[in-house]
Amino acid sequence: MPAQATAQAQAAPSVPPGWEAVIGLEIHVELATESKIYCGCSTRFGAPPNTQVCPVCLGLPGSLPVLNEKAVEYAVRAGLALHCRIAPYAKFDRKNYFYPDLPKAYQISQYDLPLCRDGYLEVEVGGRTRRVGIIRVHLEEETGKLVHSTATIAGSRYSLVDYNRSGVPLIEIVTQPDLRTPEEARLFLEELRSVMQYLGVSDVKMEEGSLRCDANISLRRPGETRLGTKTEVKNINSLRAVERALRYEAYRQAAVLEDGGRIVQETRGWDEASGTTIPMRSKETVQDYRYFPEPDIPPLALDEAYVERVRQSLPELPAARRRRLMEQWQLPAYDAWVICQHPALAGFFEQAASRWKDGKTVSNWVMGEVLRILGASGEEPGVLAGRPEWVEHLVEVLRLVSAGRISANVGKEVLEESFKSGRAPEEIVRARGLEQVGDEAQLLAWVRQAIEANPDAVASYRAGKAQAAGFLVGQVMKLSKGKANPKTVGELMRRELGEPGTSSS
Amino acid sequence: MADPSSLVFASIRELAGLLRRGEVTARELAEAHLRQIERVDPSVGAYLTVVADRALAQAGAADEQLRRLRQEPRSQTASSPSGLQSSAGGPELLLGIPWACKDVLCTAGVRTTCGSKMLEQFVPPYSATAVRRLDERGAVMLGKVNMDEFAMGSSTENSALGVTRNPWDLSRVPGGSSGGSAAAVAAGEAVFSLGSDTGGSVRLPAAYCGVVGLKPTYGSVSRYGLIAFASSLDQVGPLARTVEDAALVYEAIAGHDPLDSTSAPRPPEPVLRTLEEGVKGLRLGLSPDYFGEGLDGEVREAVMGAVRRLEREGAQIVEVRIPHLAYALPVYYIIAPSEASSNLARYDGVRYGLRVPGDDIVQQFSKTRREGFGPEVKRRIMLGTYALSAGYYEAFYLKAQKVRTLIRRDFEAAFARVDALITPVAPTVAFRMGEKVEDPLQMYLTDIYTLSVNLAGLPGVSVPCGFSSQGLPIGLQVIGPAFGEPQILRVARAVEETSGVRGARPRVAVGDAR
Ligand SMILES: [Zn+2]
Repeated sequence: MPAQATAQAQAAPSVPPGWEAVIGLEIHVELATESKIYCGCSTRFGAPPNTQVCPVCLGLPGSLPVLNEKAVEYAVRAGLALHCRIAPYAKFDRKNYFYPDLPKAYQISQYDLPLCRDGYLEVEVGGRTRRVGIIRVHLEEETGKLVHSTATIAGSRYSLVDYNRSGVPLIEIVTQPDLRTPEEARLFLEELRSVMQYLGVSDVKMEEGSLRCDANISLRRPGETRLGTKTEVKNINSLRAVERALRYEAYRQAAVLEDGGRIVQETRGWDEASGTTIPMRSKETVQDYRYFPEPDIPPLALDEAYVERVRQSLPELPAARRRRLMEQWQLPAYDAWVICQHPALAGFFEQAASRWKDGKTVSNWVMGEVLRILGASGEEPGVLAGRPEWVEHLVEVLRLVSAGRISANVGKEVLEESFKSGRAPEEIVRARGLEQVGDEAQLLAWVRQAIEANPDAVASYRAGKAQAAGFLVGQVMKLSKGKANPKTVGELMRRELGEPGTSSS
Repeated sequence: MADPSSLVFASIRELAGLLRRGEVTARELAEAHLRQIERVDPSVGAYLTVVADRALAQAGAADEQLRRLRQEPRSQTASSPSGLQSSAGGPELLLGIPWACKDVLCTAGVRTTCGSKMLEQFVPPYSATAVRRLDERGAVMLGKVNMDEFAMGSSTENSALGVTRNPWDLSRVPGGSSGGSAAAVAAGEAVFSLGSDTGGSVRLPAAYCGVVGLKPTYGSVSRYGLIAFASSLDQVGPLARTVEDAALVYEAIAGHDPLDSTSAPRPPEPVLRTLEEGVKGLRLGLSPDYFGEGLDGEVREAVMGAVRRLEREGAQIVEVRIPHLAYALPVYYIIAPSEASSNLARYDGVRYGLRVPGDDIVQQFSKTRREGFGPEVKRRIMLGTYALSAGYYEAFYLKAQKVRTLIRRDFEAAFARVDALITPVAPTVAFRMGEKVEDPLQMYLTDIYTLSVNLAGLPGVSVPCGFSSQGLPIGLQVIGPAFGEPQILRVARAVEETSGVRGARPRVAVGDAR
């Protein structure tokens, strides 16, 4: 039953009929700098707790922050890629609040003069381009991480804090409430993740928390211009969850409103296990962060030349690359979209395609086999960047297949093995004797063996079921362990069986 | 070996000469000071922590280095008048010199309390840059000295950990918040000390205790390791018995520090070179804004007497105005508490220092802070929290910052016309203990002549210029433009020279301690 209910929910429109959703996202992206934002400590993920800390990121008395220039550069890169204006004069502010994971009891963030503002990112939704406004991109620091003895801090007998993460640089990206459906929100986030990957400013892994997303959602009737009361959904920890959480919240809000109820402005947490959102805390008492200018960090004055230098260093971004690949290699939009999601995948494709003229064939293999092999071994497309020899392997396999020396199926097997072992496909084919058999005598022997062993199939072929021939050819392939040339086998098979019977049954 | 009582009142240059010539060892010097501390500190109460073993170890290392220096072939045989090799530059003279550190500066392995119960047991894993620079020069730290809690106060009566008395009159306050730093130097318990000055906290106790106190230009001495009170106002500065000693220590601790983003990216100001040049040809400003109501007659007379002597030495006296000076006090008491409320929020009992357990985390925070902070600190946290709150920010903090800019411009305009300004340090001489503790506003008025210097980020020095009829020291303040340390120290040196107060010692320190 639950499975059926889920299937129904999946099939239903992502926004309840008769309503329009208004969605805005707040996205935190951890920057992939070597050292933290205000000190020299390492940002490496996964180190034993509290081994990457110093007086500064622990907020010890007397310690002072020194801004990491690389973090500023990364934030500017991100801002430029999101078509933002880069502030010539930005400052840092203190956001004051008490929490055990916040060692200084304030976070050095940016309030009224963020580094970047007024940008946009375009997303393809159902073949249309949607422009989503970016209100601001600002730079701030990560807090520590709490580990409670029970589920929440309130019920815990004790809580442990790991400050390794404290001071890792973050950018916060705030969108306009321009998104209209949960699907759009997911697509936007996918596109944003791609952009960050292309820029090389973050590894954007939601599972490791280097990409996090909070979403605001409200409903209104189509045609309404006023905004409804919104809720904020937190703890969304995967791309799929973004869509699921917002879909759940849209249906929940619609049910409340259709019952004549009112939406309470509140923060709700996404619970992956139950697939629902649950109230976290009331937003009725707004926290007063008592922002004021950070006196320990002088304001940042970025001159035009600096911003221009960063702009010149921007790589081609996913949208542009998609357009180029479609044109250059005559790829369908879908192929271009899949291939351009990750810069390493697109790079891999382009290197292979440039050695193999026929882009579509390469794209089929990259989308099919290359991604399958990566997925099976649990690797990210990023590893492709460090494997130039894999390009050679793919091209060699394509050459072997197109020359008819191996079948496409054998080619897939050879490709996987060459990726894993590092041996050249040619070598694998030779060592394992995978070369296609074109010798007519041998093929004919197999064909006859198949005909003999499958009288039923032969009968139905003769009765007019042409597809029975396919089955028989398959049997030959089996007998040859995939080495038979299927085209020749087909011809031989027809020759042996004669034309299929024309009498219809 | 030299006479111990003269050892504890000698200047750095004199002591450096004795050390280089081998007439005294750094160890003997440290021991003489430790004995002086043992003798007078029970009545003065300057020290919170004495680190005798550490001091003797540092002194031993200094002796080793001095021995090597003496064995070096003398490439330059000419000796300076003080008997030093001419190659020895200013800061090098600190090798083996005993000093006292205000307990607001972090010292690796030595507890750093900030005068608060909150940090009573806090032992930092690192040293402040200023401390590290003195360590590198081979200076010998004797211990950590008392202060108003978190440097908030003008009398050192706000310390949660002990009482410090003025060596010139044990019934009076030493001034604050660097009261321990000033009293230790005045009583011969250290050759020099470091203090911190947020609104006058080096200059005021220097004036009350009859020593020299320098508040350098904001950004010229690193704040790294200085436990923050108000970050945009705090500055580390030396206290010493002579202007030259203060200048020497300043040269040793000043200069860019990559660990402090607000530290000026320029080489330290050389001040010793020009110290003896006198005031001839200097234009010195006097502003009526500093000599109005509330200024004690004897203080006025002492300051004006010094000014007349400077004029006789060839300085030109010019009248200037600081029209917005009257707003400095209210502006200061918005900005300083605002920054303090944020800087002191980290004392929550989670990571270090005092922790008072509660039923939940919020209760633990509030119980820790209720028990850990004294009344003055709480008062300022409340003031600052209020001033930064939504709805009040524009009316208070933002407006105060605007007035702060006006005050800074007043000074800029004045320094377009004069090389330095001369003012009193405080309206009166040291007051009696307990006299103002019940009246915070009265206490705040004590800093009325000093805090505008912090608001404008300027250098100021307090130098003794006379005594009151009751025998209490009176200080004079010289204020300069940003990075004007060379000229204000030059002026202070001339005041010291012409006032004839140099060498006066409080009875408690030389005679029998009561
Ligand atoms: Zn660190």
